[in-house]
Amino acid sequence: MPDEDRVKPTEAQLKARRSRSIAIGLALVAFVIIVYLGTLYKLGPAVFDRAM
Amino acid sequence: MALVEREHINEEAGRLSEATAGDFIALLKPRVMSLVVFTAFVGMVLAPASPNPFLALISILAIAVGAGASGALNMWYDADIDAVMARTATRPVPAGRVAPGEALGFGLFLSAFSVGTLGLMANWLAASLLAFTIFFYAVIYTMWLKRSTPQNIVIGGAAGALPPVVGWAAVTGSVSLESLVLFLIIFLWTPPHFWALALFKSGDYERAGVPMMPNVAGAASTRRQIFVYSVLVAISGVLPTLMGFASLPYGLAAAVLGIAFVWYSWRVLAAKGQDVKSRPEKALFGYSVLYLFAIFAALLCDGLIAHFGA
Repeated sequence: MPDEDRVKPTEAQLKARRSRSIAIGLALVAFVIIVYLGTLYKLGPAVFDRAM
Repeated sequence: MALVEREHINEEAGRLSEATAGDFIALLKPRVMSLVVFTAFVGMVLAPASPNPFLALISILAIAVGAGASGALNMWYDADIDAVMARTATRPVPAGRVAPGEALGFGLFLSAFSVGTLGLMANWLAASLLAFTIFFYAVIYTMWLKRSTPQNIVIGGAAGALPPVVGWAAVTGSVSLESLVLFLIIFLWTPPHFWALALFKSGDYERAGVPMMPNVAGAASTRRQIFVYSVLVAISGVLPTLMGFASLPYGLAAAVLGIAFVWYSWRVLAAKGQDVKSRPEKALFGYSVLYLFAIFAALLCDGLIAHFGA
């Protein structure tokens, strides 16, 4: 696709996209930690009880 | 040839977003969220159970996100009203920084996410109450009551009053009379708080076509109703002591705070709107915020002392 047909983001749009990407990344990391620790706390030692 | 013909690109839809993470945080109404977190936390502390601190923290987080989600749905639906009111015109959707569809998607996603998380980490009664709170605020209040009746914030106040009940339910798995007293305090506090604001912002609400009490029943009637609700708030504030789940020092503090609330509302009633700068109304509005914070802070101290002994 020729360059002139691409939408060129402005400086403000790039900055906003970067800010959103960082926020989404941090939220995902926080969510993974919450689910991991929440599961450990909720199940306790039973988390290792797995039917063979 | 371009993949998408230029003439077919809608100006609004084709535009790349300039919304920052801060705009999406603003959609969550952080100030309202902080009050929700605080009152829900007090509900948890007062509950007769000792939850795992980490699971309690996650529950608080889920309740906060749920409250934020209802705020985002409110801003999506109310963008037309917000655009004509000075206080709300700079919000992300009316200001054009966030597209309405983005706010809707954000709100729906966070609603499902917060309810699911609370259900898995605490219990499904608390999750159901949170889902009901979001539904009540976004659908019953925002889409229906707000534009149709001057009792909008009276009935809609139930949504803002539910967080301590959700917090209590997250810890105990039940809803008790004590948690309903916490609900009652916030429920009765809501009308004088918002009507004090509506008295000095009535022009804004009138332009937006929102039937707030001063615009429909008149300022004099609103002042009388504010006074009646203030007396009821003051009484509800001491109920925790009268019902035996808060101490006498709390009851005395609540009585003093309640008397001050009635005094501020009396000044609003007595001024009869003759103060062109609406100082009595602004003073009541400011004090009402302080009152709710102080009552719940006192309940929190009381609960912590009861838990850990003094």
